Amino acid sequence: MKKQAKFGIGAGIIVLSMGFLAWLGYGESKTYYHTLVELDSLKGSARLERMRIGGTVQAGSIRRSTGRVDFVLEGEGKSLPVSYVGSDPLPDTFVDNSQALIEGRPGTDGRFMAEHVQAKCASKYEAAPGGKPAAAPAATQRSAT
Amino acid sequence: MDVFGSFALVLAFVCALYAFGGGIAAIITRHPLLIKSARQSGMATCGLIFVSTLSLVYLFVSDNYSVAYVVSHSNRDLSTFFKVAALWSGQEGSLLFWSFLLAIYVFSVLFVYRNKNGELMPYVGVILAGVQLFFLTISNFVASPFKALGVANAGGAFDFVARADGSGLNPVLQYPEMVIHPPNLYSGYTGFTIPFAFALAALLARYPGEKWIHLTRKWTMIAWCFQSMGILLGAHWAYAVLGWGGYWGWDPVENASLLPWLTGTAFLHSVMMQEKRGMMKVWNVWLVFLTFMLCILGTLLTRSGVVSSVHAFAQSNIGNWFVGFLCIVLGVCLGAYFKNRDYLKSENQLDSLVSRESGFLFNNLLFLVACIAVLSGSLFPVFSEWFTGSRISVGAPFFNKVNIPLGLMILFLTGVGPLLAWRKTSLDSLRRNFQLPSIIALLAGIVAFGFGWREAYALICLILCAFVACTIVQEFYRGAKVVRVRTGADWLTACVDLTLRNTRRYGGYIVHFGMVMIFIGLAGQAFNKEVEKEMPVGSTLKVGNYELLLQSMDQKQEKNYVAERMIVEVMKDHKPVMMLYPERRNFPTNQESGTMVAIYSTLREDLYVVYAGINPATSQPTMHAFINPLVKWVWWGGMVVVMGTIVALLPNRAAVVVLSKAEAPADARELGAMRPAQVALREGHD
Repeated sequence: MKKQAKFGIGAGIIVLSMGFLAWLGYGESKTYYHTLVELDSLKGSARLERMRIGGTVQAGSIRRSTGRVDFVLEGEGKSLPVSYVGSDPLPDTFVDNSQALIEGRPGTDGRFMAEHVQAKCASKYEAAPGGKPAAAPAATQRSAT
Repeated sequence: MDVFGSFALVLAFVCALYAFGGGIAAIITRHPLLIKSARQSGMATCGLIFVSTLSLVYLFVSDNYSVAYVVSHSNRDLSTFFKVAALWSGQEGSLLFWSFLLAIYVFSVLFVYRNKNGELMPYVGVILAGVQLFFLTISNFVASPFKALGVANAGGAFDFVARADGSGLNPVLQYPEMVIHPPNLYSGYTGFTIPFAFALAALLARYPGEKWIHLTRKWTMIAWCFQSMGILLGAHWAYAVLGWGGYWGWDPVENASLLPWLTGTAFLHSVMMQEKRGMMKVWNVWLVFLTFMLCILGTLLTRSGVVSSVHAFAQSNIGNWFVGFLCIVLGVCLGAYFKNRDYLKSENQLDSLVSRESGFLFNNLLFLVACIAVLSGSLFPVFSEWFTGSRISVGAPFFNKVNIPLGLMILFLTGVGPLLAWRKTSLDSLRRNFQLPSIIALLAGIVAFGFGWREAYALICLILCAFVACTIVQEFYRGAKVVRVRTGADWLTACVDLTLRNTRRYGGYIVHFGMVMIFIGLAGQAFNKEVEKEMPVGSTLKVGNYELLLQSMDQKQEKNYVAERMIVEVMKDHKPVMMLYPERRNFPTNQESGTMVAIYSTLREDLYVVYAGINPATSQPTMHAFINPLVKWVWWGGMVVVMGTIVALLPNRAAVVVLSKAEAPADARELGAMRPAQVALREGHD
């Protein structure tokens, strides 16, 4: 049927252009998730990708200075010096020994430059990681137990 | 009371089992007594769930700290209001609460249709009991909210222990919206079970005609309304509590609540195709199946840690149960579809590309593409791990890139769709309906451009909003004009009369108008500004047209927390406007803290001030201030959407006899001159 074909073409254009936009958005925002151990074994360009790393904030390692916050993330027997250079204030839950998820790129000097930090207290369940928004189910259901 | 509650829960499980098994037997044997007993068992299930839920609430209110769930989600100093809300603040309780809300729906359905639709109801009862059975299994055997606090002693036996006080409710949840938001969202999630059950039942029973659509329309709209409110309340809560300056961040959990809303909205529109033209039957059935499965998936995503494990957060084995349940649901749906798909044969074909049908088709396509985009973005870490071995997540740019143009296209259809004729729309009618709105929209665009709107998407959004608003006003104007000719009433009365006579059509317009307002608010995001500064007392911060002077700091001891406040004077053009008090609350019970944002909200913009904490290095407080234009439109638009939905749920008022008397002479003459209105009325949704 001709009408169906027309509709099909319209639909195809929409789907294709959305696919293209999705691909652009993907390239812009894709973030790898690595563990601290994996970070060491990354080679070449993989080391320069945007990534997220989870770990625990080493007790007593948080040093605040203007424009940046330095701390050490540890986990699986490894530790990683991190500089937080993002614009958002650090979440309330970001304290010694809290679980943290950092997002950014590894710097050349072995220091990780984080643009986002999410954190939660080790003992309590947490609503919305790192003060980022979450619809209520997150707030109500993320249980650490 | 905990024993009582858990017994009620076990009994509910047994009753649901009978409603399910007995119901299947009833369908096979068609024995009237069996049918009746299965139905009554279904109602008893609901009653027992009510009892069980109430006993958990009682445990909270009476400070019973021998129950593990109460201990970890409440404490003595918590106000009663929040003690009740603590019911749904954790996994076990929220699952029970889910069953509770579902039970309200199930009970209403079983009760309302107890003597009607005899062919269909046994199937509906079985499906509903099946869903309840799943949640009761979880609540009874996997995540029981009544588990007593205890420790294993040396002999391996269990020693009960009670605590003097609980460890408190998470501070971010101690906010009034947190009390109304989850019930709304869950009412939405659970509510979609009803249309799902009817659709599946109609398919299984090969129930003739489009009757299931008529039966479920109200239920679907109620669920949809709750879902919309739930999403917006959640957004507002995030905005007012989390203090990051926005209300939507494409977090997997937010996305989970949006997914069934997208397919549910598509479903509400596409059923009209089936009602009017007997088309898209397969599509409709699958849309409602999909909506229900997305509700379950949403619950799975928020509980299992499947997605949030990317954040290395919560892990729970409950996810496997949900995956299993999803597989069963999918299997049943596929089985029913392949067995009875000839029942879903379409009666008509698409006649023209410029027609109401095609408008609905595109509407559905756009909603579905949006749904797929959001779903794939949320699940990307899972899929990428399956296929490439490394977890890759995508962020806001991905979602925005796709969903902003999709949203704008949907907005365009909101204006165009309702005014297209079924089958085929003539050029003349296109001009009549869209000439004026197009001109006004373009003018609005030019004015906005003159005022410095340079963001392409925001500008397009504004133009489309003006366009859609005009089409809606035009519709009301035309309809009211006809009513005025007949009755001589004033404009307002005429509009009300018009709306009440065709609530579905005009309620729908009101909902669309609310969506326009929401889009205006969303467009405002393009112009957000923010400033963060370390502020000694007495210093000022400039943001937009405002100057914020930090006058002093103080501390306030409340029952459950200590509040540290910034006392901020807001000045505009060097004149004081008002005081704002952004807070940080420290909760001694669980050593957590939370922010309380201070917002000065006008229709034009929100001034949003956060006390971001004290820099330990300098001991100076830090202030984070945002200017968020037009945000209020989102919340007000949401209220209009809810109002419109309520209007659309009202039964149509029949034409008054007096009116129909006057109709005869006036009608013949006047309607001729006003064909558009007449056409519009005839082509209404109803």
